[in-house]
Amino acid sequence: MISYLIRRVLYALPIMLGVAFLCFMLVHIAPGDPLVSILPPDASADLQKQLMELYGFNRSYPEQFFSWVWRALHGDLGSSIATGRPVAQEVFKAVGNTLMLAALATLIGFFFGSLFGFVAGYFRNSWIDKLASFISVIGVSVPHYWLGMVLVIIFSSQLMWLPATGAGPDGSSDWVWDYAHIQYLIMPAVTMSFIPMGIIARTVRALVADILSQEFVVGLKARGLSEFGVFRHVVKNCAPTAMAVMGLQLGYLLGGSILIETVFSWPGTGFLLNQAIFQRDLPLLQGTILVLALFFVGLNLLVDILQTVFDPRIERA
Amino acid sequence: MSTAVSSATAASTVAVFKRSRGHWANVAARILRNPTAMVAALLVLGLLFMALVAPWLMPQDPFATSMFTRLKPIGTVGHLLGTDELGRDLLSRLILGSRLSLFMGITPVLLAFVIGSGIGILAGYAGGFINTIVMRTIDVLYAFPSVLLAIALSGALGAGIVNALTSLTIVFIPQIARIAESVTTQVRRSDYVDAARASGAGAFTIVRAHVLGNVLGPIFVYSTSLISVSMILASGLSFLGLGVKPPEPEWGLMLNTLRTAIYSQPWVAALPGLFIFVTSISFNMLSDGLRSAMEVKQ
Repeated sequence: MISYLIRRVLYALPIMLGVAFLCFMLVHIAPGDPLVSILPPDASADLQKQLMELYGFNRSYPEQFFSWVWRALHGDLGSSIATGRPVAQEVFKAVGNTLMLAALATLIGFFFGSLFGFVAGYFRNSWIDKLASFISVIGVSVPHYWLGMVLVIIFSSQLMWLPATGAGPDGSSDWVWDYAHIQYLIMPAVTMSFIPMGIIARTVRALVADILSQEFVVGLKARGLSEFGVFRHVVKNCAPTAMAVMGLQLGYLLGGSILIETVFSWPGTGFLLNQAIFQRDLPLLQGTILVLALFFVGLNLLVDILQTVFDPRIERA
Repeated sequence: MSTAVSSATAASTVAVFKRSRGHWANVAARILRNPTAMVAALLVLGLLFMALVAPWLMPQDPFATSMFTRLKPIGTVGHLLGTDELGRDLLSRLILGSRLSLFMGITPVLLAFVIGSGIGILAGYAGGFINTIVMRTIDVLYAFPSVLLAIALSGALGAGIVNALTSLTIVFIPQIARIAESVTTQVRRSDYVDAARASGAGAFTIVRAHVLGNVLGPIFVYSTSLISVSMILASGLSFLGLGVKPPEPEWGLMLNTLRTAIYSQPWVAALPGLFIFVTSISFNMLSDGLRSAMEVKQ
């Protein structure tokens, strides 16, 4: 197993390098001179030369790439055009907010998803199964940005129960775990939870149905194990896969939160990306995407390793 | 397999001249018996029809603005579904919007189906070194969450229909190529391909006669399941201001511009999203029906 783990980590390295290369190319596939897109419009000739040197646009592509990776490894992702602040600083401030939102959404989605999945898998082809399957189809088909808008319409504009946008009263940016702040988290988290809910429900339903049809379940029942006892075995058998799916979903949500964060003006990475797109702030776009994608690769790796460690049935030579 | 053989021999003993129904006839028969899939198919056909005859369906000029009829509620005389923030008739815009919205949602999957299957079949059939190179490259694209990749590419390329289509196609190519590669590898290792090769068939003949027929079905089913995702992503890009540019009607873009009206005319503002939702769920259920009818496991 140790050799598998080592190879799995080694395998992730070229992927990470590839991800970095793609992020590097983002500035170069952008139309126009890459320097123009990085420079503020009123840049002096001096600054232009300075940045030219700094980014090394006069050097060859491989040279540029490796010096960019080198600087990124040292925590330097360049400076935002719009604010002039270091991109790394902006991204790490925002990543915490996105992580909080995505983690809560994943937990909510996992809870309801497994609930629907279990019920559907246990009572297959009953009306409960059909209802649960329908709910999970809705979960994967609903445009979540629209769902967010509908929730805002219902709970903010009509009922006035919850605040529509932001992450704290009076636009405060420091997070505190009190109701005044938590109420800002409810709607974005619930909206976001629909995506993992649908996928986890589908996965768990298939898993439960598969496990229940296996011979060991019949054996357990024949030996007189109670319904609850059998249920425990089913849970134990599908937990590793379900947890793995949950981990991957967290990664998808981290990367896919931009639309929901836009709807709720949530101050996370999605909001940064939105800002970067509107102001054509390519260093900010590049830096944010790099951090999120590397996070996703790392999470994939972690899920894979944990699965191998915790699920002895998976034998990976 | 064994049941197919035994039923075939049974059929040949009973009625020698009666040919059994073909594979596709079976698939069609199973789909027709699935009520959910049929409802979804009707909805999809309805939407496509709406897009086709949009200019004759819309009751008003979808581009005519009017300062006096801004943000009218649903049910206003002359504006059945109300008006948008510039006083344009929403029903007409929703109808004409189906053209761009469906086009933006379906085209990337279609392009990715052609390119992705090509890459996947090539890699799967070639095997060895070529396979490793191609699939590791695909893995890099696969290492991005699809929403993030779509936004990264179109964010760098800038707004516009062609840029959004390009980004989405690139997002779906690795997903389709992976399926195509794994199915092709399975087929390549099968006995009948070995037999064909032993009897002197060239690579092109084997791919045409044995690989394509067995591989395109599963890839096609998988690709149809991507249309729903593509619809949501394509409209999402326009929602962020990255896809279709105003004043063209597109559901995601309409949803974005109407966002300012969620306090004054909430239900009018939510309408374009409802159309995205209905389209996406119809394609999803149709794809589910198709998968179970073709007995393709994912």
